[in-house]
Amino acid sequence: MHIAEGFLPPMWALFWYIVAVPIVAYGAYKTWKLIKEDEKKKVLVAVAGAFIFVLSALKMPSVTGSCSHPTGTGLAVVLFGPAVTAFLSSLVLLYQAILLAHGGITTLGANITSMGIAGPLVGWLFYIAFKRLNHTLAVFLAVAMADLFTYVITSLQLALAFPGESVLKSFETFLAIFAVTQVPLAVIEAIVALGVFKYFVEPVYLAKGVAA
Amino acid sequence: MIRILSFLLSLIFIGAVYAEEWAGADELAEEKIAEIDPNYEPWFEPIFEPPSGEIETFFFSLQAAVGAFILGYYIGKKRG
Repeated sequence: MHIAEGFLPPMWALFWYIVAVPIVAYGAYKTWKLIKEDEKKKVLVAVAGAFIFVLSALKMPSVTGSCSHPTGTGLAVVLFGPAVTAFLSSLVLLYQAILLAHGGITTLGANITSMGIAGPLVGWLFYIAFKRLNHTLAVFLAVAMADLFTYVITSLQLALAFPGESVLKSFETFLAIFAVTQVPLAVIEAIVALGVFKYFVEPVYLAKGVAA
Repeated sequence: MIRILSFLLSLIFIGAVYAEEWAGADELAEEKIAEIDPNYEPWFEPIFEPPSGEIETFFFSLQAAVGAFILGYYIGKKRG
């Protein structure tokens, strides 16, 4: 979902930096507090971060004939909320921007906003809405939606920067590329995340009440 | 447990096999940008680009490996 280096006009690149920086900074502060507070939480922060690392490195084929990768942010947002997720995502995005030329320095703000902030935020809202009803369903929806909405936001960012005839039409065009490719990947990611959550995280999570 | 692991492995396998033949959605988006606004020139180039596909794959694998190592360490410790 990364917007490539130089592919956002300077004004928009700056705009998304202004959106992302305070949230990442707050997330860094929250993460720092979290890992100092409790050894168990420190381990879970590492697990959530590692999950983002693994999943966002896997470029997978999808039904549309193009490839994309999951985001891995759903697990983190369920465990620690959007701010910590934003910080963890920014680490991965920085790595990919610098060493892989995947994404970019100028588009880092926009990419953090989509993958680290907006997508996980939507997932988190789904988690909160459904967690009383059915916790398993809530985790599943949170992960799938965090993944899918990352790409919806990317499409929106591109549509705003490149409206062509109209923003809406351009939005549809980019959605057709990103969001459609992403639907099956979002479902796969949700299944994998649910497995990790059920088998390895939940015992600790339930015992200690780690929820954000 | 084994079912989940084999599922994960097959995912990685599928990804590795098709990655070269199927274009990334990112590149498709770049093409669309060129269509919508033919005059747009990227105004900034990546500072460092992996010199070859192999090296790019290396960095992607490294990223996955670091993550997988931490996950594996945690699972191993929990299952002790």
